[in-house]
Amino acid sequence: MPVITYREAVRHALAEELERDKNVVVLGEEVAQFHGAYKVTEGLLAKFGPERILDTPISEAGFIGMGIGASMLGVRPVMELMFWSFYSVAFDQILNNAANVRYMSGGQINCPIVIRGPANGGTNVGATHSHTPENVLANHPGVKVVVPSTPYDAKGLLKSAIRDNDPVFFLENTMLYGDKGEVPADEYVIPLGKADVKRVGTDLTIVTYGRSVHHSLAAAAVLEKEHDISVEVVDLRSIRPLDIDTVLASVAKTHRVLIVEEQKPFCSVGSQLAYMIQREAFDELDGPIHRLATIDAPAIYSPPVEAEQLPNPQRILKAALAAMS
Amino acid sequence: MSKKPTATAEKKAVPSAKASDFAQAPINANLSREEKIELHRKMVRIRRFEERSLRAYQSKKIGGFLHLYIGQEAVAVGSCSLMGANDHVITAYRDHGHAIAVGMDTKPLMAELYGKVTGCSKGKGGSMHYFDPSRNFWGGHGIVGGQIPLGVGLAFGVKYKGLKGAAMAFMGDGAVNQGAVHEAYNLAALWNLPVVFVIENNGYSMGTSQARSSAGELAKRAEGYDMPWGQCNGHDLYEVRATMDKFLTLAREKSKPSTVEIDTYRYRGHSVADPDNTYRGKGEIEEYRRTKDPIQVFQNILVEEGVLDEALIEKIDTEARAEADNAVDFAEASPFPTVDDIQKDVYWEADHPSERKSQGRLFFD
Repeated sequence: MPVITYREAVRHALAEELERDKNVVVLGEEVAQFHGAYKVTEGLLAKFGPERILDTPISEAGFIGMGIGASMLGVRPVMELMFWSFYSVAFDQILNNAANVRYMSGGQINCPIVIRGPANGGTNVGATHSHTPENVLANHPGVKVVVPSTPYDAKGLLKSAIRDNDPVFFLENTMLYGDKGEVPADEYVIPLGKADVKRVGTDLTIVTYGRSVHHSLAAAAVLEKEHDISVEVVDLRSIRPLDIDTVLASVAKTHRVLIVEEQKPFCSVGSQLAYMIQREAFDELDGPIHRLATIDAPAIYSPPVEAEQLPNPQRILKAALAAMS
Repeated sequence: MSKKPTATAEKKAVPSAKASDFAQAPINANLSREEKIELHRKMVRIRRFEERSLRAYQSKKIGGFLHLYIGQEAVAVGSCSLMGANDHVITAYRDHGHAIAVGMDTKPLMAELYGKVTGCSKGKGGSMHYFDPSRNFWGGHGIVGGQIPLGVGLAFGVKYKGLKGAAMAFMGDGAVNQGAVHEAYNLAALWNLPVVFVIENNGYSMGTSQARSSAGELAKRAEGYDMPWGQCNGHDLYEVRATMDKFLTLAREKSKPSTVEIDTYRYRGHSVADPDNTYRGKGEIEEYRRTKDPIQVFQNILVEEGVLDEALIEKIDTEARAEADNAVDFAEASPFPTVDDIQKDVYWEADHPSERKSQGRLFFD
């Protein structure tokens, strides 16, 4: 099976969907001539031309709103946000217009738009460029939120996102763009809302997504080797829709839960998960649900300290041992 | 068109019986008698609908806000009367006039105000959120200026599909100070998108007069984006049609965007809840009613032209009042949506379960 990077996996998904459906267009800052700020869209302009691969001005509210309007007429825009952190300047377009237009029109309109880009800390770019808004986005009924952790997942999920008739917000990770993984040469899609057990275990369930999946897997290996603790790692992949059944099945097996997320703790995705797990699997739990999040402050710049602010294998190891005690 | 005065208007009274200077513009000269009557009728229907909805609001039959279009009728009717199959309309929250102008039935419009399931948005949108994609009417949007990028997107869609058409993106004079509007201007001009930005300048952004809220001339801001722009008298339906026709043609034929500022006036407050006596005097409103009322102006023109007579005027008005009453009867008799309806029309996929591809929970409790 071919081994490609996460970046290439996203690019291949875009190229295949551009090929498959003439209504698909790619718009964003630097996506065409510059090949994308993170080179995700490299080569697409040459292949699909300037009518379908468009460089936008630095004008997120304008171009995202434009994409929403075009999507109402059946165009399928895939909009790149250079960083998801910039969603705040287009908040009204994303969460008032895209999220609500179907509802306010009594179901007459749908908005098949994808907004994609990286949403993560860990690159020492400070508080303005390190937001992880999946909880904020998923708080809005009408939208779908996807956070892939591997090249295989990124490609299969993005293809589903582009074909979806609802607005889908696709959160990538700059720290993962260079990661390699096996991706089939043949076409495949992964349905949104389907979690993936990335490691099977019996003693502790770690529920996580995005880059924290990799940190959790690293911690799980140490826990197995040095502490004889068998950890099951559930990668949500999709925040909304949410595959809570896979989470609950794992909890029923391990009876202990640690949620790991690169979110600020207050009203995070993990907060929602903890509520649902206690509500639906109370009798399965042998102890309180634990959660490891980003340390609750704006993203610090200082490089070695930022690594400690975010979840990392050492912090997860410690949190897992606490959850087992 | 200079800034409007903040206090009492020093209005140049338009001799109401004077024939419009724009009657002979080809787009107007070619109108049949029936078409002229229909234009008049649409304005009257909007006014009677609005007056009737005001009464319903005062009787506490309608919740939320109610932004009435009374006084501005010639803008929506004149502009929307020019729509072809590939032309599109989007506007802000003062949207009842546009909805009727594009041809929506007043029964579901009134039912929407009543929050009934027979409303045009099934009681989910309310006064500010009317939509009818089958008539190329894309709302009805609540946030000042937020709809303007969407209007550019409609133009992008028209152009991308290779169609000859244009989008009209309506906004009030208050919206021109919103960042999203300027971002939309830039994109439209940069990419030659077929959109006409229409500023319905009624002189007040809510209770703040133009002089107190906007620097410079509103339409002239288009110059900064190398966009053609124009201004016109929105009390004269013929002038609205002649002006809009020019800029719509530019959009359809040359894919050029433009901005048109249409001078108009609202007789009622920003919304019905607006006290409307803190920022303008009654005299100003009366002066507009007496000298510039768009329905009266056009009616006088059509009488001069021999198109309308007293009997027909009376008939049209009686029918419009009856239509508004019928819309209320329909709304009154209709059921409310149910609690089960709350979670419908949220996701396309949830509404089409047999075609759903995703898995997992879409809704939470």
